[in-house]
Amino acid sequence: MSQQAIATGSLSSLGAPGGPKKMFGVDSRFVPPVFITLILLVGQLSFGMLESYKKTLLAIATAILAELVLGRIFVGKWPVLASAYISGISVGILVRSPAFWPYILCALLAIMSKYVLRFNGRHLWNPSNFGISALLFLAGDTVASLSIQWGNFFLPMVVIWALGSIIVWRVKRFHITATYVVSFFVFAFIRAWMTGNPWQAEVAPITGPEYQLYIFFMITDPKTTVRTVRGQCLVAFSVALVEMVLRLHQVVYAPFYALFLVGPTALLLDMWLQSRRRKLAVAVA
Amino acid sequence: MKHPLIARSVLTAIFVGLLFVPAIIRRVSSQETSQLDKKAALARHGFYLEEVSRKAGINFIHQAPQFDPKLEGIMPQVASMGASVSIVDFDRDGWPDIYVTNSREGSKNCLYRNQHDGTFKDVAEEMGIADVNQPGTGVSMGAVWGDYDNDGYEDLLLYKWGRPELFHNDGGHGFTRVTEQAGLPKWINANTAIWFDYDGDGLLDLFIGGYYSEDIDLWHLSSTKIMPDSFEYAKNGGRKYLFHNLGNGKFEEVSAKVGIDSRRWALAASAIDLRGTGHPDLFIANDYGISELYLNDGKRFHESGEETGVGFAPKSGMNVAYGDILNQGKYSVYVSNISEEGVLIQGNNLWVPREGTSGDKIKFENLARDLGVELGGWSFGAQFGDLNNDGNLDLYLTNGYVSLDRNRSYWYDFSHVAGGNSNIIGDAKNWPAMDGRSLSGYQQKHVWLNDGAGKFVDVAQAVGVTDTYDGRAVALVDLWNRGVLDVVVANQKGPLLIYKNTVLPENQWIEFELEGTRSNRSAIGAKVTVFWNGQQQVQEVSGGSGFSAQNDRRLHFGLGKNPAVEKAVIRWPSGKLQEIDKPVPGQLYRLKE
Repeated sequence: MSQQAIATGSLSSLGAPGGPKKMFGVDSRFVPPVFITLILLVGQLSFGMLESYKKTLLAIATAILAELVLGRIFVGKWPVLASAYISGISVGILVRSPAFWPYILCALLAIMSKYVLRFNGRHLWNPSNFGISALLFLAGDTVASLSIQWGNFFLPMVVIWALGSIIVWRVKRFHITATYVVSFFVFAFIRAWMTGNPWQAEVAPITGPEYQLYIFFMITDPKTTVRTVRGQCLVAFSVALVEMVLRLHQVVYAPFYALFLVGPTALLLDMWLQSRRRKLAVAVA
Repeated sequence: MKHPLIARSVLTAIFVGLLFVPAIIRRVSSQETSQLDKKAALARHGFYLEEVSRKAGINFIHQAPQFDPKLEGIMPQVASMGASVSIVDFDRDGWPDIYVTNSREGSKNCLYRNQHDGTFKDVAEEMGIADVNQPGTGVSMGAVWGDYDNDGYEDLLLYKWGRPELFHNDGGHGFTRVTEQAGLPKWINANTAIWFDYDGDGLLDLFIGGYYSEDIDLWHLSSTKIMPDSFEYAKNGGRKYLFHNLGNGKFEEVSAKVGIDSRRWALAASAIDLRGTGHPDLFIANDYGISELYLNDGKRFHESGEETGVGFAPKSGMNVAYGDILNQGKYSVYVSNISEEGVLIQGNNLWVPREGTSGDKIKFENLARDLGVELGGWSFGAQFGDLNNDGNLDLYLTNGYVSLDRNRSYWYDFSHVAGGNSNIIGDAKNWPAMDGRSLSGYQQKHVWLNDGAGKFVDVAQAVGVTDTYDGRAVALVDLWNRGVLDVVVANQKGPLLIYKNTVLPENQWIEFELEGTRSNRSAIGAKVTVFWNGQQQVQEVSGGSGFSAQNDRRLHFGLGKNPAVEKAVIRWPSGKLQEIDKPVPGQLYRLKE
């Protein structure tokens, strides 16, 4: 198993070759964890958004512990924990369940997916996306993710969108977020036209907090996106397209499932195309 | 690593195993019960419920409101409340009667007088409390009974999405409308009201909780921006009113003066002395937000939801019921919420006082999951009562929101609008049309039997509760003076159901009917603690509990087999204590303060 490839698995891995870049005076790898923590704290202090501190802490602790153990066993060194922290906190915010066990299970599935579901040294799913999608699919009687955790109000949305945009811009992932958002709006209007629903109803989901985590932390994950900028935009567009199809079939968790389906498919395709290019280059040489 | 292949295989096996965990947990915790015949249900669970409304001469079907056509697309959702039931012995003949509300303009409410022979007769028309939903006055949402002038007869407060009405009971022979004299406001879109004597002056005061803002007339909308501005943090609902009884037939609105100030969307409220201070505390379950607990020091209320733990996680509160479920002399509070598989799992809350906390420092923890009463679908009314007289309080829960097309659900559209920005969710015109789709419809009810050892088991199907109407209000009452609790359920756009209870005769009981003298004559707030077989159970006379409901004021205690009853202690709202030494099981005690 490739040690280098396992080390991290989300926005937190956005360090430049030759040493980590600085953002706001902070190692850029740690900006996303700091940002998501700020979201959590502001949401909690202003709205009391967490159903339970214990559950969120449980998810974070489980993710970090799993990463430590698996990293030590399979990579042979202590891993950077920023990725596991983001996965844990995403699980803690996005999963809603009165029970405790789903938080443990979801965090475990998220982290373990990085070590189990691999191809050519790369993990295929964004860890949080895998854990949450699997849990929503397998434990719908106990788990939900209807997420309005910091209200349906305008100001928090603008602040998070602005800060999130700055961060993904600085880590050179803004084109992914922008492509997805533009595509979502276009498809929302198409859905409104097709279903006869008010366009506001079709646009509504992206104005909610669930999407703020989704567009800044899930679809931008460098370890599970393709390599070229054009390819990344195409994948973001495809996620929005598949999401539209799922939404037309009234799938409540369409965004999670769309990324679950499109992400690994695009990654495998990308790896296959690269391998073919390498073979062609070798043949030409 | 020495054996990477083995390690990876083990990891993969664990990973695959984890994917099966939800299915295993589901199997282990499944509580399915099959239907049983009466004999088998009696033998296994100690009671059986038989629906007898037709036999009892009751053929009431609730009619839902029809609002401004601007709401047409989501009318089934907006017009989804109004079925209520309250129990009263309005003519003091010693037999409980039933009052039910209707909610279409022009429809009539019914007062079913107990005929003492197993049947009831609607006398609302002749008593003057039937035609209360005239156009322009709003429609009924519920009713609570309390003797506000201490003349010995229970008076009627009718709360509506519209003009609240107070009817004076004229000696059990008729009712006189006294709304204006009492000083009630012209319009409240209320979903809850309760009678309680918050300041202990011997006069019943009145709390009314608004749902929609009181400046909205749902039949004549100037704007469609009437919906909650958030699914979980809405504060644009109706205001709250506390009417202090001045003793001369007039009431003074004092909510701001005594510290009650909220515009959350109240759906249910109830008052009880949670801390043993002698003052009733006020618990409000709010839709689209957190619950509120107003602790009462006798003069002012202090909102302590967050400090006590009950007002932290926002849900869709729809019920407030109290019960001493562990026979420890302490009340737990049951608040119902929404759970829909695959979409929204809020879970109902059972707030149990945390061990070692009391008084102003009281804290509650939600033990609904541990005790097995968490998931009840789109839950509405619930009440605690000892249904099998085994000495432990059981829990009856009704549920179901909108039952239309069985095969098409509105949940997808509901969920994605609910998560949107306040400008979108707050405007009814942005909500997709329901178009005949159901929203958590046709749900099975729950009758949770308390095993006395910290677990509730759902036996609804086994004991004969098989209806799937859109249930709203539940009231418990010994309808035929037999020493058992029967169940009355009001259903939205459905029939009023009377579940007649048959209980194992070996299980004993005792009942108390209280009348205050220094305290309010209805004895609302009076507390009875029965001590038997080394345990105790406390109950309190309530001026409204559950969802849009009021149980009989009579208190019913199950005692189990061969009980040795030591004493019953009555604590009146005035503070006076009264004790009955070795009360005899199988009797109704009529006590005056």
